[in-house]
Amino acid sequence: MCLALPAQVVEMSGNDLGVVDLGGVRKEISLALVDDVAVGDYVIIHVGYALTKLDPEEAAKTLALFAEMAAVETPLQ
Amino acid sequence: MKYVDEFRDGEVAKGLALAIAVEAKPSRNYSFMEFCGGHTHAISRYGVSDLLPPNVRMIHGPGCPVCVLPIGRIDLAIRLALDRGVILATYGDTLRVPASGGLSLLKAKARGGDIRMVYSTADALKIARENPQREVVFLAIGFETTTPPTALAIRQAQQEGLKNFSVLCNHVLTPSAITHILESPEVRQYGTVPLDGFIGPAHVSTVIGSRPYEHFAEEYRKPVVIAGFEPLDVMQAVRMLVRQVNEGRAEVENEFSRAVTRDGNLKAQTLVSEVFELRRSFEWRGLGEVPYSALQIRAGFAEFDAERRYNLTYVPVPDNKACECGAILRGVKKPQDCKIFGTVCTPENPMGSCMVSSEGACAAHYSYGRYKDFPVEVAQAREARA
Repeated sequence: MCLALPAQVVEMSGNDLGVVDLGGVRKEISLALVDDVAVGDYVIIHVGYALTKLDPEEAAKTLALFAEMAAVETPLQ
Repeated sequence: MKYVDEFRDGEVAKGLALAIAVEAKPSRNYSFMEFCGGHTHAISRYGVSDLLPPNVRMIHGPGCPVCVLPIGRIDLAIRLALDRGVILATYGDTLRVPASGGLSLLKAKARGGDIRMVYSTADALKIARENPQREVVFLAIGFETTTPPTALAIRQAQQEGLKNFSVLCNHVLTPSAITHILESPEVRQYGTVPLDGFIGPAHVSTVIGSRPYEHFAEEYRKPVVIAGFEPLDVMQAVRMLVRQVNEGRAEVENEFSRAVTRDGNLKAQTLVSEVFELRRSFEWRGLGEVPYSALQIRAGFAEFDAERRYNLTYVPVPDNKACECGAILRGVKKPQDCKIFGTVCTPENPMGSCMVSSEGACAAHYSYGRYKDFPVEVAQAREARA
């Protein structure tokens, strides 16, 4: 129910509306719940509304942390 | 898709699994509850449980709004459509939930009820604008994630003077439900399960932030790690929980930092508090009455409140007596421990809350995990025959 997906804003259509691209599918969604969104930003979409902007730097940090984990050597047991 | 595929990488998952196995002490058990149905679904679908060491157990919590919506609330919606002739707009999630008298919204539609599936509250408003001679009721369900869009729709209806639109509000709150699991009177009935920590909600937290869990972590001395809904997010959260337990910490940590801040979405929070207020008590299917766990529409927006407009009275409807959802939602039992799991109670014909939506603990196990139970049963059957 709380499922939401990150999608990129590709167009601002005014009146708090915007168009997002989700793996090639384009859809008009509402930006009324978020501030300062610009074309190119990633937002998290739930039931037709952007809930928040996605922070690319934080995403990169989390992925880097995962990669670090994956590189951990198996200790001798 | 960017920001989705990277968080499902199988090779990285192996590395994370290894890290968890190294950090989890063999001398003890770890029981963590993932509150959200979104996490339950990810854990079942991607087989995350199989990647965890045997002493790390995931317990599936009650965080699926469709699952916990009691039958009596669906009955209210069905009666509005069939007896009052309203157009009932609803998210697709609620259509198949079984209600009283063998009905569901889908079956009520087949009986002539004008029930329409919408993707968004904006679509429900559109139906109201296009049908000025009809009354339109939006069946609103969901946690804090789904509440702000409903609040926007109500405010917009007021601004537009849309007189034929109202909302049957069933919005519920996560922090109160998490607390209820730990201190409800039913704990005596079901016994307690030692929960060592919680995986906190992903998208709920984008709205409410990580702050509301701080009091909880401190008060109950339970670590909380907020995590995204992708499998690697869940695994990283498990690792962070194991680490907190090992170090004797009970803090709120945020794995989903790409979308969650400490304060959350203040604009959405302001809007929600403008339109909604706390409900004194609300029934959760499987958990019973939970005080201050849901929202109702404020008096200032009374004309958009379907409960006031149609003078609705809620009548609770008990679940099947054999249903073990109460114990399953508290982690005391597993889906396969329930007598009617997979026999009488299936996703096509759910008896209890955990089987209703694909995010429920029983439905998730039925869809992705039940075959793992089979070899044991086959061996037992052979022994019985011999």
